[in-house]
Amino acid sequence: MAEFGNPEVVEEEVDILIIGGGMAACGTGYEIMPWAQAAEAAMGREITIKLVDKAAMDRSGAVAQGLSAINTYIGNEQDPADYARMVSNDLMGITRDDLAYDLGRHVDESVHLFEEWGLPIWKLDENGERFDGSKGMTPLADGGTPVRSGKWQIMINGESYKWIVAEAAKKALGIDRIQERIFIVKLVNDKNDSNRIAGAIGFSVRDDKVMVYKFKACLLVAGGCVNIFRPRSVGEGQGRAWYPVWNAGSTYAMAAEAGAELTLMENRFVPTRFKDGYGPVGAWFLLFKSQATNAFGEVYMVRNKEMLDDYPPYGQAAVPASCLRNHLMLKEMKEGRGPIWMDTVTALANLRETLTPREVKHLEAEAWEDFLDMCIGQCGIWAGENIEPEKKNSELMPTEPYLLGSHSGCCGIWVSGPTDVGAPADEGLGEGIPEHLPSGWNWGYRGMTTVQGLFTAGDGVGASGHKFSSGSHAEGRMCAKSMIQFVVDNKDHVPELAESVDDLVAEIIQPVKNYLEHKDYSTAIDVNPHYITPRMLQFRLQKIMDEYVAGVATYYTTNANMLEQAEEKLAMLKEDSLKMRAKDLHELLRAWENYHRILTAEAHMKHIQFREESRYPGFYYRMDKNFVDEENWKCFVNSVYDKESKQWTCFKRAHVDLVDKSKLFK
Amino acid sequence: MPTFVRTDKCDGCKGQDRTACMYICPHDLMKLDKDGSETGHAMKSFNQEPDQCWECYSCVKICPQNAIEARPYADIVPLGASVQPLRGTDSIMWSIKFRNGTQKRFRFPIRTTPEGSIDPYGGKPDADIAKIGDTGFFVQNNGYRAGDPSELIAK
Repeated sequence: MAEFGNPEVVEEEVDILIIGGGMAACGTGYEIMPWAQAAEAAMGREITIKLVDKAAMDRSGAVAQGLSAINTYIGNEQDPADYARMVSNDLMGITRDDLAYDLGRHVDESVHLFEEWGLPIWKLDENGERFDGSKGMTPLADGGTPVRSGKWQIMINGESYKWIVAEAAKKALGIDRIQERIFIVKLVNDKNDSNRIAGAIGFSVRDDKVMVYKFKACLLVAGGCVNIFRPRSVGEGQGRAWYPVWNAGSTYAMAAEAGAELTLMENRFVPTRFKDGYGPVGAWFLLFKSQATNAFGEVYMVRNKEMLDDYPPYGQAAVPASCLRNHLMLKEMKEGRGPIWMDTVTALANLRETLTPREVKHLEAEAWEDFLDMCIGQCGIWAGENIEPEKKNSELMPTEPYLLGSHSGCCGIWVSGPTDVGAPADEGLGEGIPEHLPSGWNWGYRGMTTVQGLFTAGDGVGASGHKFSSGSHAEGRMCAKSMIQFVVDNKDHVPELAESVDDLVAEIIQPVKNYLEHKDYSTAIDVNPHYITPRMLQFRLQKIMDEYVAGVATYYTTNANMLEQAEEKLAMLKEDSLKMRAKDLHELLRAWENYHRILTAEAHMKHIQFREESRYPGFYYRMDKNFVDEENWKCFVNSVYDKESKQWTCFKRAHVDLVDKSKLFK
Repeated sequence: MPTFVRTDKCDGCKGQDRTACMYICPHDLMKLDKDGSETGHAMKSFNQEPDQCWECYSCVKICPQNAIEARPYADIVPLGASVQPLRGTDSIMWSIKFRNGTQKRFRFPIRTTPEGSIDPYGGKPDADIAKIGDTGFFVQNNGYRAGDPSELIAK
């Protein structure tokens, strides 16, 4: 009989395992079934597929709460090359054009499906008047005109966005291929090939069961990383992270331990958002044409304009890189001209002059819906502080740092790109690149990492960014095809786990053992020299990262000496992670989430240490190298992790433009 | 704004093993206190880790008894406000109460098709295995943007 600390071990073999249930996983779930069916003849049998999600697909991933906009919709009027250019400039020139371009040409297909499935998308009528998505106007696929809040964004009534996308994915896969509340903790390499993936192990957060999967291919799409830095709110409000608090770096950590090459892990995103609730600013800036000012009503993007010239050419595009916009704002804060305000009052007053009476009537609702669809907590703050945006302005604040690859950040895993857009096929291995790693930007299967059989999408894919919800879905769909191809090409391969199931199970439940063995040593359950609670371990991680690795405590600054301190402290934290306790399955979930956070944090720190410049001013500053060095550092910083020695190896890979970036500056 | 469960409304989803809020919470926060040993309220659910609550309101929206509400973060927000939804099949109604008593109500559409009506492959073609190595998806939905080939300068 299974019990806590002595779980039932369930072993299962499939061809393809999908780890995660967010937008990327839903894209894969939808696209994969027709290809699996089409490949049956070549395979000689049915291709077996399973999706495991640590939550419930209806509300899992970054879109759980909903969204008020789809941030990537190319439309007929723009070229995928325009999109790749925007992505590149926003991320200070170092992105994979092949990945961004490929995403740009595919992404609208997914948006059109969302609308077909029932997602309400705002529309303009023939007079340019805007309507919400419930009015039955011409769908985008048939030429309907969306309401653009920015060049790439379209407005939606997106409270049920994830619910709708999940419904399609769940029906496509069928309920027998889906298992929820399974948290995968570790990937397992192949016994006969250390650079191939053969399995994964995790556990049920509901029952005393450890799950061991064997497979030919696997899609790892478990989101980005939140709460590795001490958040600005340290009490009850610490859960109100900007990105979802359940994104624990699992994607990066598990991939790294499996030997996958990571890229640009030094990159982070520090969004400027409405203070404390982290409500979205996109619609305010782009749709409502609001401006952000210092305490004296001065627009800092104008006041500090010349600071953009310090970072050519990235500061000189029509829309300067996101980090540089922070850079200009931080000057005001540091020099004592805060707080920073979003001037909602003026913006709404100006709009009243230009909109039709019907639109004006709807304007207040639009302003509130922007939060209610995706960041309800901000409404709680407005209501609690008696803020009506037409009467009272709201404060803005740069958040604690986040690591992600799908929003305005580009850390993640190095993946194989498309072969038809001119990407380097053989770049020649540079100094320090481990020999087993591929040369060039594609090695056979779109979306595959440098580990055979391991694929990723969404937040998992590094060096691209700005794919957002729709792009993550489309990227998941691309992986569906390439995984089917991979499985067919490897149909006779039999995966064998490099580690014994017994050892793996023992490792997974170690925190439970730590607890059961020592719990009676002290009277206070949380204070015990033999173990550390996952909660305290997380606080320790956050303190290290905040104080040494350019968190909010130091205004996002660090240097080589501080990083050295962080390195030492993180190493000890990693050692101590083996002593985490789990008093129940919920805490076992937290224990392993925090282990993933540590590895992700360590990668971030090592990459910042390796890159001897400050590539993302406004996101972080190496004060000992406080410049952008185009000559030496306009390159990718990539790394691999050796799980045996627990050491990282960082190295450079050459950057190449595949589209002409000079068009941004004409 | 961590969620809390009203003792007068929660029925523990009528004695089932798992409650709706447990099913839906993306962060595994909601827990059914079967014997009352954790909260003093047997067979009612509670938020076991309020400082990890993202305020996504998934539990609030799904609760069949409307027993779950949210209280703005005590370490940030002045007391007295509430933001409460009532989610239907095609729209959601929000009631917002300010600290100063101001009230606002909004209704927004949430989907244009009946819940559960999606037919994912209805009217869609089969995948053509000969095209698995090409760009594009198994179904074309007027959304593929081929792009101007001259933009690809390294090709």
